[in-house]
Amino acid sequence: MNGLPPFLRNLPPVVLASLASIFALLVAATLVVQLLGRVKPGLDLAEVRLRVRSWWVMAAVFSVAMAVSRTISLVFFAFVSFLALKEYLSLIPTRRADRRVLFWAYLAIPIQYWWIAREWYEMFIIFVPIYVFLFIPLRMVLIGETAGFLRAAGTLHWGMMVTVFSISHIAYLLVLPPAAGARVGGAALVLFLVVLTQINDVAQFLFGKALGRHRAVPTVSPGKTYEGLLGGIAVTLVLSLLLAPWLTPFNRWQAAAAGLIIGLGGFIGDVVISALKRDLGIKDSGTLLPGHGGILDRIDSLTYTAPLFFHFTAYLFY
Amino acid sequence: MGELAVPLPTEAPAPGRFAHALKHLFFALVVRPLVLVLLGLNVRRRELLPVAGPAILVANHNSHLDTLVLMSLLPGHLLPRVRPVAAADYFLSSRPLAWFSMQVLGVLPVVRGGRRADPTYDPLAHCRQVLDRGEVVIVFPEGSRGEAERMAAFKSGVAHLAAERPAVPVVPLFLHGLGKTLPKGALLPVPFFCDVYVGQALCGGEAPWCDDRKAFLAELTHRVEALAAEGRPAAWE
Repeated sequence: MNGLPPFLRNLPPVVLASLASIFALLVAATLVVQLLGRVKPGLDLAEVRLRVRSWWVMAAVFSVAMAVSRTISLVFFAFVSFLALKEYLSLIPTRRADRRVLFWAYLAIPIQYWWIAREWYEMFIIFVPIYVFLFIPLRMVLIGETAGFLRAAGTLHWGMMVTVFSISHIAYLLVLPPAAGARVGGAALVLFLVVLTQINDVAQFLFGKALGRHRAVPTVSPGKTYEGLLGGIAVTLVLSLLLAPWLTPFNRWQAAAAGLIIGLGGFIGDVVISALKRDLGIKDSGTLLPGHGGILDRIDSLTYTAPLFFHFTAYLFY
Repeated sequence: MGELAVPLPTEAPAPGRFAHALKHLFFALVVRPLVLVLLGLNVRRRELLPVAGPAILVANHNSHLDTLVLMSLLPGHLLPRVRPVAAADYFLSSRPLAWFSMQVLGVLPVVRGGRRADPTYDPLAHCRQVLDRGEVVIVFPEGSRGEAERMAAFKSGVAHLAAERPAVPVVPLFLHGLGKTLPKGALLPVPFFCDVYVGQALCGGEAPWCDDRKAFLAELTHRVEALAAEGRPAAWE
């Protein structure tokens, strides 16, 4: 380990190895796309190229955020919440009168991540569902605009739950100490969750493209098929069984359950955000990540897998 | 004009080297990071923005941020040569603000309704001067930020300017979201992703509206409205 730069030395070797494998996977993906371009020159690969390029940027930013220090990792996840909430609030109808309410909603992000930095579990778990939930309508009442009140209070709190509460579960996973008898702690669990969720997305997409016949939710997301869903779950299940001994305290059955939770949860998160976009009449949630769309397009699966995987792990080991 | 804290300059204000350095610092340390982190811009057809002067940028006006965002979109080497036109009654109302606007931001002050008070007053004199020096002028023809995210009728000054400098490209722009982030009267910015739509440039000397200021203004308004119709902005009522 002595050959490594100092900021990488505080990471467990398995975490480093996992980060390295992400980049190996990206090298492979880049080569495959290049090769496809050579073999089948007629194929339109512009979007796939953009996608892979964005994956490189995301993997690099994520790796640096994970490697430098715990504080930087928490700031990174808080920033992801901020970008997602900003994207959400820019997409949905809002009321002029609520500008100050939105300011308080943004302020809830540093507070939520501060509970996590303090490892104050009770506040982390009740702050958004209870205190933010109670405070937003109060602040709106003080402004006094009642037209559209229910819609404004409802949409704002739904967005807070999705972009702040759900996503902050990844950050709490990070600060978990190693479970009894386990070699590695939170950072490895975060990697396990994020890598499996993202690979599950890609696998569902590829299986859907290759074998997709039967649409799973035709009115919400016509591209989603049962073939894609099952293929994705299968890949995620296998990967979970392979990675769990290195990155988690799970036994074989627990690893299988985690794989199922991530495979199915990822699908649900994806279609829930699709339903939101369809309701608003938009295709992508933004333009932040070329080839992917916006930040919500990328973290949609995590909004389900993060809390589900967190509470599964917490129930078994903490 | 009694309310101005400093007299209206007779020549277009020409910031010195020190002011230019401050301008670059202000944009590098304050404006660009804020635009990148707090706002986040989605710019359509950035390639239509001018890379050299002279040029006139025309946009709808909702927020103080409009000027800063437009200036930050242009290439850095143009920054010292970008001149926003701004209301003297607001930006020259105190000495520090007047210094900051004219020296650091490079503002060209105009007196709103100045010709009614003094028929010899020429509100476009400074603009012509800087355009002839090859600089870029930013104009908000609505004349005021007005009610946020609602467009008012364009005033004719820009059409006069375009007619007098028929070869200078006039670039139409539409900005959305900045009026939600920091509307008139608000001190507290609230983050939103903002859209910038850049349109095809037109010149005052082009055939259909050559020597016809009304037709030029109508075409300009039409182009900005067409840019506005491209997006599907979320309701803000």
